[in-house]
Amino acid sequence: MTKIILKDIDDLNTLEVYEANGGFSALKKVLKEMKADEVIEEVKKSGLRGRGGACFPTGLKWSFMPKVTDKPKFLCCNGDESEPGSFKDREIFERNPYQFLEGTLIACYAMGIKTAYIYIRGEYYRWINIIEECIKQLYKKGFIGKNIAGSSFSTDIYIHKGAGAYICGEESALMSSIEGQRGYPRVKPPFPAQFGLWGYPTTINNVETITNIPEIINRGSKWFASVGEPKHPGTLLFGISGHINKPGVYELETGTSLMTIINEYCGGVWKGKSLKAVIPGGSSVPPLTRDEALKAKMDSESLKEFNSAIGTAGIIVMDQDTDLLEVLTRITYFYFHESCGQCTPCREGCGWMLRILRRISEGKGRMSDLDLLISVADNIEGNTICALGDAAAWPVKWTIRKFRGEFESKIQKEEIELPNINKVHSIRHTDYYT
Amino acid sequence: MFSEAELIEIEKIKKRYESPQSSLLPVLWMIQEKKGWISKESMSYAAELLNIPYEYVLGVVSFYTMFFKKPKGKYHLQICTNVSCMLRGGYELYKYACKKLGINKEEITSDGMFSIEEVECLGSCATAPMMQVNNKEYFENLTFEKFDELIEKFKKEI
Repeated sequence: MTKIILKDIDDLNTLEVYEANGGFSALKKVLKEMKADEVIEEVKKSGLRGRGGACFPTGLKWSFMPKVTDKPKFLCCNGDESEPGSFKDREIFERNPYQFLEGTLIACYAMGIKTAYIYIRGEYYRWINIIEECIKQLYKKGFIGKNIAGSSFSTDIYIHKGAGAYICGEESALMSSIEGQRGYPRVKPPFPAQFGLWGYPTTINNVETITNIPEIINRGSKWFASVGEPKHPGTLLFGISGHINKPGVYELETGTSLMTIINEYCGGVWKGKSLKAVIPGGSSVPPLTRDEALKAKMDSESLKEFNSAIGTAGIIVMDQDTDLLEVLTRITYFYFHESCGQCTPCREGCGWMLRILRRISEGKGRMSDLDLLISVADNIEGNTICALGDAAAWPVKWTIRKFRGEFESKIQKEEIELPNINKVHSIRHTDYYT
Repeated sequence: MFSEAELIEIEKIKKRYESPQSSLLPVLWMIQEKKGWISKESMSYAAELLNIPYEYVLGVVSFYTMFFKKPKGKYHLQICTNVSCMLRGGYELYKYACKKLGINKEEITSDGMFSIEEVECLGSCATAPMMQVNNKEYFENLTFEKFDELIEKFKKEI
């Protein structure tokens, strides 16, 4: 299996070992031999797609940045990683931090950027310290700062520590957070490449995306494009959790079958039980039934067939005894908790869905509640500024559609009279000082 | 509140950003590090320091869950109960911890040692159930026994 990021080299997280294994050769090559446009062209040809969930072609995103401008330009590396089930970026910070930083520098060179911010979630105290130390080392070595490696190219890299908000993983909310505001997403257009941080051209890339860049430069776009599934090439860091024997992060080529990952790499479902459902890409993507999981290949295109998505490749495995109502209620609580509160459909809708699900859990559900849930989800989806609304709607909509029988069995036959209670407001609006 | 050296540090931080108010998050982190939580007085101080309205600071502090709006115990235990942890016993651990310490969410033990909070996914899904302490160190692959040991260890550390 090809490894691009989590290579089997001991102590790759130290600068000496990283350099001894070809580290910073891509940066030097770029600085010496390639023009900025050629780097972007190379990334375009590699077919690299963003690893943050939307799978947007990275080279194309880079090409949106204005070439000639007197304004400052910015790069943000998105290490907010708050999607439940996703824990790959911390693995990069821990095991190959310098490749990530080298990628950041190459990205800055390609887009003519002089300041990059690495946004890391505040909870990652340990990993923030690791990256901080690495950045210090690179300043000392002359790889960050003025006249990098003797060239005329200069860039500064800063860490911006988050403070606990899932929404800040959304690119425009991330920019709001760096600007020192509440993490509110912004309406697009204007897109960040035109009007980003402080109104200047900005590109936001996921940490895993950026970490792929040095290998694309070193080994060529042709090679990268040949790894894994042609439409979504490269490798993915699959984070496997839940009812599984060997949970962890596994770097595998895109297009690997889901059952290969579960059975061959992760030792199968735990306690000898059978599979009930799998969430293939973090809690916001629609789940797969057992039958779908048996057929699924893990890349963005193949999962569309099952109305699901690759997301952040955080695979959550659930065994035969899992209560899907409980799982869905927990997921919905998460989105209710994390909704920033700007858009009414998301702010109120998440609360409505949560209360209906909780009512069903308490044995007070009605058959019509299932369609009501789907209807609320449908009215959130696509009607919000950012994708958090969709992320909240998809699991509700698709878990109920795919496992309707299980939900129906939780509902008693006779109709129940319900008191007319309707509490509103998102948590982030009521959490004032008392 | 801040010493001379810390004020110099803040001036350095301000230079990283295009506008001075952008250093609000780092400043709030420094305050919390120093005081353990962020009081109204602290927010007024931050507002003055960065020349922004108090209400603006209040808006930011109330948005982010890691900024504590109330004092916490010496050891603030943050137990994840999100899906991946839930599937591997996150709730059981949380309930066990509450019972053992005799406190609920937002409460502090009478000796001021412990407080507890149920938190959202901390990116530790493969090593669930887990807990973070004081917004810092992770303790992963927890069992009731390991949790007991940790509590004993914390008690001895005073």
